[in-house]
Amino acid sequence: MDPSFILMQFLSGLMMATLLFLVASGLTLIFGVGNVFNFAHGSFYMIGAYLAFQVVSSCHANFWLSVLAAALGAGALGMFAEATFLRRIYGRSQEGGFQILLTYSFILIIDDLVKLIWGTEYKSLQRPEGFKGAVNFFGLTIPSYNLAIIGIGILVVVVAWLILSRTRPGRIARAAALDREMLGSLGINVPLTMTLVFGIATAMGGFAGALAAPLRSVSPGAGIEVIIDSLIVVVIGGMGNFWGAWLGALILGEVNAFAIATAPDWASLFSYLVMALTLIFKPEGIFSSRRVRKV
Amino acid sequence: MKTPEAIKEFGFWSLFFLIFGLAPILDNSEYHLMLATHILIWGMFAVAFNMLFGVTGMLSFGQALYYGVGAYSVGLLVRGFGDTWFLPSIIVGLLVAVAVSVLLGLLVIRVSGVYFTVLTLAFGQLAWQVTLKWYHFTGGDDGIQSIIPPGLLGNNRVYYWFTLALVALSILALKRLVNSPLGLTLRCIRQNPERVRFLGRRVRRNELRVYVVSSFFAALAGCLMAGADNSIHPDMFYWTTSGEVILMAVIGGIGQFFGPFIGAAVIIIIQDYVGARTEYWSLIIGLIMMTMVLLFPQGLVGEIRSLRTRLVSGERNRS
Repeated sequence: MDPSFILMQFLSGLMMATLLFLVASGLTLIFGVGNVFNFAHGSFYMIGAYLAFQVVSSCHANFWLSVLAAALGAGALGMFAEATFLRRIYGRSQEGGFQILLTYSFILIIDDLVKLIWGTEYKSLQRPEGFKGAVNFFGLTIPSYNLAIIGIGILVVVVAWLILSRTRPGRIARAAALDREMLGSLGINVPLTMTLVFGIATAMGGFAGALAAPLRSVSPGAGIEVIIDSLIVVVIGGMGNFWGAWLGALILGEVNAFAIATAPDWASLFSYLVMALTLIFKPEGIFSSRRVRKV
Repeated sequence: MKTPEAIKEFGFWSLFFLIFGLAPILDNSEYHLMLATHILIWGMFAVAFNMLFGVTGMLSFGQALYYGVGAYSVGLLVRGFGDTWFLPSIIVGLLVAVAVSVLLGLLVIRVSGVYFTVLTLAFGQLAWQVTLKWYHFTGGDDGIQSIIPPGLLGNNRVYYWFTLALVALSILALKRLVNSPLGLTLRCIRQNPERVRFLGRRVRRNELRVYVVSSFFAALAGCLMAGADNSIHPDMFYWTTSGEVILMAVIGGIGQFFGPFIGAAVIIIIQDYVGARTEYWSLIIGLIMMTMVLLFPQGLVGEIRSLRTRLVSGERNRS
């Protein structure tokens, strides 16, 4: 294998990893902070992609504006879903199971609503102006949009880390992860915090969906494929762990990129292999300090 | 001695045999016979699934894997060696399901809660992908057609009685299991796994046992379905199959042993009625699921039961 092939696959893996990270970080955020498992996270990704498509095709808006609109739309829908439905089952016995069932019903409903609104055919988006070509990178031609995604991913990691560790809202979110009751007694509006965090998480899902729209065409049912990939990421990295999600996405992205290049038919099996290995040797995820089993 | 539990069980079985025993005699329609066969098979599948979720608290989103394993064992063997292999292939399917569930079970019971759900889902989807892509072995997207059970079983009516007998025996066996010391341990695991360990019971070993048992009956459902529909397809492995069986259990009531069976009957009848009129079937089951989870978490059977309890105690209070 020559080094240029390896570098090429590495960069393509990095781009996949960035998209995976953007989706999975939303999933892991709401799980880490609110202990809510949003099975429908992939559906918010799908909504983001469709919203971006809609904004571009009906308003002829700038691509980046449509990405922003998609993130805001997915976030607003997420906040609505949390405040109207999810909130009602907090604290119920067997809550975890019912969360999965309720968010599973979201998947089914959103899938069909998307079909009703946008039809069943594949939709795709043009790459934004200025990112249609390719750049020369150590003698390799790399699509510049891929590099832009990698850059955005790094930016999001840095900004999210800064917010979580250095600002007051970030501290409130981390406190909510530890003890919600205590946080409430300190005068913080916990239900509102939960709704906002859920909104941010789903907005990240929508953001990732909109960014991915020029690369993979979207169709109804995309939600479930995305959720399984991001679940593998969080299982590898450790659920509820920010850096774990990053590492898990990196591993999965690279494994996928090299698998697609060498054994395209069976590429998707490799993700499961990585996950199975993680489970055998470190079931709580590579990065997590949290114990998976309560027993 | 008649406990309320025994009365309820007696009630279920008398209704069960009354309806499923008389229906094919009174109603000559082939279509209704098929519907009844489906209710029996899915009912058993849902009751077996509920051993995991309702009894032990393990929400598996991957029981479709075993359902598919059963169906494909029958389909592949009948296609390869002829229809005399139909009955042996059911046994093969069950053995394969037990082997797979022991191996996979050892892996998935390492984690609990949401992680367990996620893992079972992922492995189920893995099986679906392999089935789709391994074209020359499984037939890929085409599935396998014309799986006709041999001899007398080829007759739909005879096949119905065959299914009825197997389903009744299976549900009876599962009921005995729930009432056994193992069943008690499983219910304790749902409520407080830590204490079960204090009492000297092994949590994981018992979880593995119930996982294998549930998977065994899921595979049996798949085997029976292959003969009932005469065809199989990779979607039997798909996650929506697992979702459907979960929905049946939730509608009937996960806290009730017979609830999932009733849930299966309700879903299949609604599906038959609504599915023919709209293509937005998943929107409807999504709305049903949401309503059940938010408003009637005990399921139909559970809610009726608690309503009755409330009425009876209300009367007592007044008198």
